[in-house]
Amino acid sequence: MQSPAESEADALKAVAAGAGGTLSCGVLMNESAAHAANLALDREFLRKAYLAMLRARILENKLSSLYKAGKIVGGVYLGRGQEAVSAALGSALEPGRDVYAPLIRDQAGRTAFGEPLLDCTRTYLGSVKGPMRGRDGNIHRGHPAQGMPVMISHLGAQVSVVAGMLFARRLKGRIDGVVGATTIGDGATSTGAFHEGLNLAAIERLPMVVVVANNQFAYSTPNARQFACADLVERARGYGVGGLSVDGTDLLACASVIGEAVRRARTGAGPQLVVARLLRLTGHGEHDDASYVPDHIRGDHYGRDCLDVATRQLIETGATNQEEIDAWREQSIEEVRAAVAKAQREPAPDPYRESWAALASRFAVPDSSPTARDSATAATPAPATP
Amino acid sequence: MTYIDAIRDAQDHLLREDPSVFLYGQDIATFGGAFKATKGLAEAYPGRVFDAPISEDAMMGLAVGAGIEGMRPVIEMQFADFSSVGFNQIVNQAATHYYRTGVPVPLTVRLPSGGTPGSGPFHSQSMEAVYAHYPGLIVLTPATVSDAYHMLIDGVALDDPVIYCEHKFLYRWLKAKSIDKGEHLPIGHARIARAGKHATVVAYSAMVHEAVRAAERLLQDGWDIEVVDLRSVKPLDIDTVLASVARTGRLLALGEAFPWGGVTAEVVARVSAEGFHLLDAPPMRLNAHDTPVPYHPKLWAAHRPTPESICDALRRLLAI
Repeated sequence: MQSPAESEADALKAVAAGAGGTLSCGVLMNESAAHAANLALDREFLRKAYLAMLRARILENKLSSLYKAGKIVGGVYLGRGQEAVSAALGSALEPGRDVYAPLIRDQAGRTAFGEPLLDCTRTYLGSVKGPMRGRDGNIHRGHPAQGMPVMISHLGAQVSVVAGMLFARRLKGRIDGVVGATTIGDGATSTGAFHEGLNLAAIERLPMVVVVANNQFAYSTPNARQFACADLVERARGYGVGGLSVDGTDLLACASVIGEAVRRARTGAGPQLVVARLLRLTGHGEHDDASYVPDHIRGDHYGRDCLDVATRQLIETGATNQEEIDAWREQSIEEVRAAVAKAQREPAPDPYRESWAALASRFAVPDSSPTARDSATAATPAPATP
Repeated sequence: MTYIDAIRDAQDHLLREDPSVFLYGQDIATFGGAFKATKGLAEAYPGRVFDAPISEDAMMGLAVGAGIEGMRPVIEMQFADFSSVGFNQIVNQAATHYYRTGVPVPLTVRLPSGGTPGSGPFHSQSMEAVYAHYPGLIVLTPATVSDAYHMLIDGVALDDPVIYCEHKFLYRWLKAKSIDKGEHLPIGHARIARAGKHATVVAYSAMVHEAVRAAERLLQDGWDIEVVDLRSVKPLDIDTVLASVARTGRLLALGEAFPWGGVTAEVVARVSAEGFHLLDAPPMRLNAHDTPVPYHPKLWAAHRPTPESICDALRRLLAI
């Protein structure tokens, strides 16, 4: 299905063939192949991605503290260990032009794509000034009209939504150079929504990138109970889309492979499926101690911290130095502190001022169900439950 | 002009007048749709009418994405029954979107609904109550050729997700000489389909016609039955229903859907709560049997309310 005409793709394929083998419809890249392709990587890209990783880690550490102090209602879901994959995707996309549908562990990607830290702290802390105005929380946030749709909890569901946004742009004649991307986990690849969405995107040959962050556990369920193929990237051939693999703990590899996937989608090669191997270095949520992850998995290659790896890589490649990283860290700590403090000072949503209107339409004869009328004057908001 | 001609003509009108409208569904392009509701439209509007894979979830996800981008997709489910596969995208993605994000998703899902003889359990369902249950959806149930035309056009113009329930039994059976394309009743208003004074039957979609038939029969016994056509089950024009009950003092809520809960239960609940003082007899409901819709025409015809069973129910109501 995929045309191998692009010269860069050919070059990558040649490297991959020596080390990792190829699939007929796409390129399987192993780590060394990715590193070989890194030679031409943009220094600014790496600095941007790294800074997003760092800010995300610092922000999420703060969220964890706030959760444990009882300051956040509902769950807290962190992307620790997945920042390299997330930041690489977010950095490869262009806000204002591209579509990015982040998922549960994409704080780094959101930051790289330009989401203000305040969006995060306001949504977690329930400020009415946040993008969701208290109507939805935590990682359910975004700006759909600006190319960042808001996830629902039903996994795999964003794949076809991104496809629809791209489909619409094609109909409007505004598709040139646009890419739509979304992230999902290994567990979501078992859903019908993932299958239907990716198949549809392939039929329409949409400029789309689906990044699977295979963190080895869907909540507590290991890969062996989730799929039976040797590697999820093998599915790319079945869908007729490009397929790429990457070590998700390696920022240089992620930048190269995900950057390549985005480039291919942008230049007409159709949907790309990227499977990143890594380990979630946290529970499913902060309520979960992840005690189901065996020690030998924590201790293996994918158990390493991608932020440590990235720090080393950026210093080694001269993209930055320790002094600058320290300054970035100080600056990020201050930005996070300010974003938390501001959100905490802002008002919570007021149930008395809530419109309680789920429809944009207004009718001459209002549908005045007694239930709706009662809730409009409901005296007591539901008590907060941690 | 038939009911399905009106649906086709409405889509023709929409494609002609609004560049943000496109049609997406299984077999709807060159083939013209399983019921020919899009016949000729793919040729008339190149690049606007698309065949979809058999992926109701992804079809609805695509519609939500396109709606976010300001398009007005019209999705044809081949049968209402199959919308259950796209249920998640409809009730969790589309229906919650405006409330959560402030960004409306103007999309319309056409559901070929209701039973026809021999269609069986999976090509006969009435899904309006299921969708009306969820906040954030508008559910339209046109009973006439004119409403089939105007409510589709008006529904697509709304900024909310619209579930448009078109009754398959009416497709070719229901005819009108022509459609007045000018002034018409807006969405949200019920209609008095037949004026009367002894009892009110509240119905929608194909059951409006069964109710009118029953009313004609009871006229021979001297009973004058009023029939209210809800037109849309959400929004529900309870004011028109209450005004009718105020005139007649008796209510029969009639529906083709399954009996547990649903539109008829909602109508009875609201009239009981808001118009208890208007009632001279306990309000009644008549629905299909609480079984899957059966295949055999003899079973099917007895599964749903018929003029006979409606007359029986009304006689009991009038005897109180």
